[in-house]
Amino acid sequence: MTFSPQLEARFAKLLESYPAGRQRAAMIPMLLYAQDEIGSVTDELVEEVAQRVGVTPLQVNEVVSYYSMLHREARGKYHVQVCTNISCLLHDADQLLEHTCQKLGIENHGVTPDGQFSIEEVECMGACSWAPAIQVNYDYHHFVTPEKLDRLLDGLRKKQ
Amino acid sequence: MADTVKLTIDGHEVHAPAGMLVIDAAKLAGIEIPAFCYYEGLTLQAACRMCLVEVEKMPKLMTACTLPVAEGLVVRTETPQVAAARKYMLEFLLTNHPLDCPVCDKGGECELQDMAFRYGAGESRYNETKVHTPEKQYSPVVFFDAPRCILCYRCVRICNEGMGVNALGVVERGAVSEIAPNHGDHLECDECGACIDICPVGALTSGIYRYQTRPWEMTHVGTICTHCSDGCKTTLGTRNDRILRGNNRDRSGINGEFLCIKGRYGFDFYDHPDRLQAPLMRVNGKLEEVSWAQALAAVAEKFKQTIGAGTFGIVGSNHTTNEENYYLQKFARSVLGTNNIDHHRTGDVVTLVDALSGKSGALATVADLCERKAFLVLGADLALEHPLLSYQIRANYRHHQAHVYVVTPKAVREDKYAAATMRGRDYESLRDKLKAQPELVILFDDSYQGGELRKLVDFGESLGIPVRYVCLVDYANSRGAIDMGLTPELLPGYQPSGQSGLHLDEMLAAELSVLWVVGANPLENAARKSGFLVVQDLFLTETALQADIVLPAACAYEKNGTVTSGTGEVQRLKRAIETMGAKPDLEIIGFIAREMGAAAALGPWTPDAVFEEIRKNVRGYDVAMPALSTGGAAQTMPVNGRVAVPGPAGLVRSDRNGLFASGTLGRYSKVLNSVLESRLSR
Ligand code: SF4
Ligand code: SF4
Ligand code: SF4
Ligand code: FES
Ligand code: FES
Repeated sequence: MTFSPQLEARFAKLLESYPAGRQRAAMIPMLLYAQDEIGSVTDELVEEVAQRVGVTPLQVNEVVSYYSMLHREARGKYHVQVCTNISCLLHDADQLLEHTCQKLGIENHGVTPDGQFSIEEVECMGACSWAPAIQVNYDYHHFVTPEKLDRLLDGLRKKQ
Repeated sequence: MADTVKLTIDGHEVHAPAGMLVIDAAKLAGIEIPAFCYYEGLTLQAACRMCLVEVEKMPKLMTACTLPVAEGLVVRTETPQVAAARKYMLEFLLTNHPLDCPVCDKGGECELQDMAFRYGAGESRYNETKVHTPEKQYSPVVFFDAPRCILCYRCVRICNEGMGVNALGVVERGAVSEIAPNHGDHLECDECGACIDICPVGALTSGIYRYQTRPWEMTHVGTICTHCSDGCKTTLGTRNDRILRGNNRDRSGINGEFLCIKGRYGFDFYDHPDRLQAPLMRVNGKLEEVSWAQALAAVAEKFKQTIGAGTFGIVGSNHTTNEENYYLQKFARSVLGTNNIDHHRTGDVVTLVDALSGKSGALATVADLCERKAFLVLGADLALEHPLLSYQIRANYRHHQAHVYVVTPKAVREDKYAAATMRGRDYESLRDKLKAQPELVILFDDSYQGGELRKLVDFGESLGIPVRYVCLVDYANSRGAIDMGLTPELLPGYQPSGQSGLHLDEMLAAELSVLWVVGANPLENAARKSGFLVVQDLFLTETALQADIVLPAACAYEKNGTVTSGTGEVQRLKRAIETMGAKPDLEIIGFIAREMGAAAALGPWTPDAVFEEIRKNVRGYDVAMPALSTGGAAQTMPVNGRVAVPGPAGLVRSDRNGLFASGTLGRYSKVLNSVLESRLSR
């Protein structure tokens, strides 16, 4: 598999950052960076990472299927993650999730037909103090209300 | 002693070696701490929390499976708090469990059932809909029923660590996590079934045994696998003269709980539809069923006519027992008056024993493979051809970091952890590295024979360290066949036969008056030349098809006797079932002798009587009986009286069966032929 020169450089650095014989520790960051570049964790990527860190593809799959931040299917350009765990739930996160779905016209785990947005209900993101919280790609948004959410999504839509 | 620590477990004072885990230290005091995920010999998992114990001065319950002993530790393994914790763990494990014990294969020998019974976790407060997924088939051997799985990771670890195959993993998370195979929806692996047998519950089940019986309806008979020469003990579960399963959960035998697909499932040839159950005699050119009396009379008649007037050739087997082999050669030599007796040799044991004469303790045992410090593997792909030996060396590396040197023509499984790997045969370039080892075991296959083998032994002896050898041979009693004198030049115990008779290939090419083949298929690709052909076998093989008389023989699982493994360890076969119509070869040979009026000269043909004779007469076989009679192994100490035997080229050749073949016998095993890998490996 070929990656961009920047990503290759990142991989090279990653593999060096762990003691000899512990290269498998680079598996998760490699998967994350590669996912950002190619959009999802493909079978090809699984094989490639397995080979590079010296484990079996099944062992990579164990990791990929465990972490929800790693995904086998392509997501929208903006991946909206709504937390419905306890603190957020107490602040009506369930309604927020419903609102997000209505606003984008897709279900939880869906992707908009234009590929711009996707939604995922997630567990606690460690942002309880600012509940309800959502995450769009790597950015956190706190004390989210339906109105704030609408503004955010409209803004992103314009940005495309 | 400095490295022993003293601790208290349930009021008992226990002295345990430093570093030992509390769960094992408790065993020293006869206390069993429940465990699902802890498994002796495998890495620690600490996943199930069944082993929780109370430890004084520790704020919370501790997992005994990860807690090393310490001086003055006070442990309590069965307090109300501990019992409550275990009960809650069980309730938790049962939340999504389908409670289908009445139809589960494991019912009656399930560790989860036992624990639920012990801690009375009979009620659940879980009102949600259970997560349920239908069962999946990963191969003809391995089935997986996710809802029954308690995620102890035993299967994953035995496959990764024990087998070195890495075929199983755990995917997904939480309540939906499950065991996944290495190839998407199916397994490509050794199909050994170790994962199935190690599963404490009925989550992994085998295609061979599932839904056949309840465990308590079976009789369990410990006997020796009849396939390769590694000599694994397999405990056959039988019911109504049918073998339903093989395993070795009690870890008796030289193999502990190891078995490959052949020992665990490859017993199924015994009831193949082609199995012979009545003698056959050629009448007007066609083989027709006749009675035993008719067939035996005809054989005896022909033999009697030929003595003194014609020539005999006898081909023995790599699968028949020591008793049968001994009796057969005695018959040939003393009744038929010939040294024309041989078998298919698969390793040059004769030369090895000769080259080592005068030395003692130079032959390695299976236990040595797990204990010695260094190994040199020559030629063979151990993981495929000698699965137990490969398993032992792997375990040795895992536990004691043994140094393994590999010199083979192709890449092998040992490469992964070998201290040095080399393609080809230039083992001599390893001299310096090997010399630096405290001791060495050399394992070699049939590509080292004759002069090459003598060179190898010279090399080994020149290293200046204690060296032990394993001459790899193919089949369950390949070694015993040689030890028992199924060779033209050697009598039992490597004594010279005086005047050598014909070798195997010479016998097949010669126009002998009578060729008598016992449990072998030498005419697989050749036409018979002999005037008369008598064959004893389980099946109508290519050889049997050409016979004048075919006598249906019992297989190893249908008879008593002893066999000698490739490492020279004698073990007992114990009859597990009887198959109508077939007789053990020993009995058949005895009956022929009786028909000929030669029985008195040969002595009784019961396995025990013949083995007694072997113990008395065959050098190296005067083994201690207690070990043997209780199902253990005893190493024989063969001695060669320096009889140089220049065997013709091509006499010694291995069939290189690999994991999914077993010579002619393997063709009749459904399971060996059904797994995908057997097609891939061809
Ligand atoms: S059958 Fe043997 S090799 Fe295959 S997955 Fe199970 S333990 Fe591994
Ligand atoms: S399948 Fe069996 S051995 Fe494997 S994790 Fe589940 S319960 Fe344990
Ligand atoms: S390793 Fe050999 S003796 Fe052991 S189970 Fe397999 S075939 Fe049988
Ligand atoms: S519960 Fe939502 S961020 Fe913690
Ligand atoms: S046996 Fe200790 S946690 Fe499983």
